[in-house]
Amino acid sequence: MADDKSIAQAYWKANLRLIAGCLVIWALSSYGFGILFRPWLAGISIGGTDLGFWFAQQGSILTFIALIFFYAWKMNQLDKRFGVNEE
Amino acid sequence: MSQFAINLIFVGASFALYIGIAIWARAGTTRDFYVAGGGVHPVMNGMATAADWMSAASFISMAGLIAAGGYANSTFLMGWTGGYVLLAMLLAPYLRKFGKFTVPEFIGDRFYSSGARLVAVTCLIIASVTYVIGQMTGAGVAFSRFLEVESDTGLMIAAVVVFLYAVMGGMKGITYTQVAQYVVLIIAYTIPAVFISLQLTGNPIPAFGLFSEHTESGMPLLAKLDQVVNELGFRDYTADVSNKLNMVLFTLSLMIGTAGLPHVIIRFFTVPKVADARWSAGWALVFIALLYLTAPAVASMARLNLLNTIYPDGPTADAIKYDERPDWIQTWEQTGLIQFEDKNNDGRIQLYNDSAEFAETASQRGWNGNELSVNNDILVLANPEIANLPPWVVGLIAAGGLAAALSTAAGLLLAISSAISHDLIKGSINPKISERGELRAARISMAVAIVVATWLGMNPPGFAAQVVALAFGIAAASIFPALMMGIFSTRVNNKGAIAGMLAGLLSTVIYIFIYLGWLFIPGTNNLANTPDNWLLGISPLSFGAVGAVINFAVAFTVSAMTEKPPKEIQELVESVRYPRGAGVATGH
Repeated sequence: MADDKSIAQAYWKANLRLIAGCLVIWALSSYGFGILFRPWLAGISIGGTDLGFWFAQQGSILTFIALIFFYAWKMNQLDKRFGVNEE
Repeated sequence: MSQFAINLIFVGASFALYIGIAIWARAGTTRDFYVAGGGVHPVMNGMATAADWMSAASFISMAGLIAAGGYANSTFLMGWTGGYVLLAMLLAPYLRKFGKFTVPEFIGDRFYSSGARLVAVTCLIIASVTYVIGQMTGAGVAFSRFLEVESDTGLMIAAVVVFLYAVMGGMKGITYTQVAQYVVLIIAYTIPAVFISLQLTGNPIPAFGLFSEHTESGMPLLAKLDQVVNELGFRDYTADVSNKLNMVLFTLSLMIGTAGLPHVIIRFFTVPKVADARWSAGWALVFIALLYLTAPAVASMARLNLLNTIYPDGPTADAIKYDERPDWIQTWEQTGLIQFEDKNNDGRIQLYNDSAEFAETASQRGWNGNELSVNNDILVLANPEIANLPPWVVGLIAAGGLAAALSTAAGLLLAISSAISHDLIKGSINPKISERGELRAARISMAVAIVVATWLGMNPPGFAAQVVALAFGIAAASIFPALMMGIFSTRVNNKGAIAGMLAGLLSTVIYIFIYLGWLFIPGTNNLANTPDNWLLGISPLSFGAVGAVINFAVAFTVSAMTEKPPKEIQELVESVRYPRGAGVATGH
């Protein structure tokens, strides 16, 4: 538990902001490019089909991996900056 | 050497490896048994999580589903991976900080209510038991095909092997066995895929081969596939779907169901630190992606290979003669997973889409109905034979399929046994039980769970496909929202949580039962399970996401109308948000 309540709250807020940002990209790559916006991406062709198909079958998975590692790396920085990291 | 002997060597060697690991990693304490001593390295844990997560459904069925559904079934790819983003950011690190052994324990403590803990235990057991039945039947099928034994005998062998390493080693044994099982299953999945990708596209990496050129025709692989399926009256492989709402909700249900399945969550209790839980989710997804990026390639290539086998001179020319069918069709006919009926008595095999739109073309070609029914599940299992790969590849696939089924079964059985021994026996029936007594209780519940799962695997309740919907629906509508609110809200109280879980659970279960039959008893459904009858076109498989929304709404409303949670609970919620002082997972 962080010693100072205001530091703790600032840490949690920064975490929530980071989560929100990551989840926007998470939703955009899967529900957005993979499903809902697919008709609008139909003009961008890739390997005999369109970009939306690629996002649905591979692109979203690659985005998810990048997101988790980015989040873990960013959170490690936040942990240290706010002094709540484990020794 | 015969194919049977080769299979026996591959399967026997992999089983010997698992049992050897179990003897090396015996559990001596409840901490070993529930959380593998809490010292598992994140990369190692990621590998074990990947094996735990990738079941017979991922290994055997998923590529077949995508092959049959094309773009529409991309939901499985996105849904079964996207949940890890939610796990990494919304659940795993905080539950690791909370530092207890089981999922119901967190729900019971956070909502200061043994009632909430009991609801959570019930959801966990229903979700895990329904899920484990599929794994046991999957193991039975793989055994009966590859070891040429009765499916029940195969199931018994699988049960004995799981018993040996899971009961002896607990989470510790399961973790290191799963690492070995991951290696076996990923090698088994990728080697045939690499060969097939090389044959069709000249590209050794299947994930890239999917978007490369089809060597024989010079067209892009997917364009060639679209053309062939089109000639046979099927929808384009890459065709878009009309019901986007259902596709979004189905993907979302699979995502939050994945994040809410207890056997996956408890894997994150085994790492030493909170930061490790975050990294570990990333590593899990990397290892899962190795299979999930290959699966869509396997799907399209297998579909193309299958159609090329049936129509060697192209889909508009004559199909092959039944007497000249390849050996693999004969082998799989014996299992009943491929069936042929010569409807127009021309001695040839016709495979096409028997739809009203295509009826005219079909009759012009002298076709009198589709003559070959092919079970989706054989695509991966028969793939090496379809592509004429050497016999040792077939043996490898056998070992891989069994590794996938057994690793998931073991993870589920551990989640069930820890819920019984830790949450029911120690948590409510006999809180004063000694460490040794609890360890014994955990082993006995594991043994009983294996017996029950084996029996259910031999006498499946006849709704194997539907139970997966139920397991995901329950995890998505009850467990995931409760955990999330427990971490992200200090305002949700015991009454809100219980009301929310019950509302989410009941609405989902009732929606599923209306279309699939009450308790899945055939003939008791109120409405036929067709898209026209579904509420707003939402299929029973996709309703978990709606149930989750109902859960959140009810929980917040009830909490707003009742008192705030006690001060110490608000402090508990705040403490799980900060990594410092996590310590090791304990049962007290």
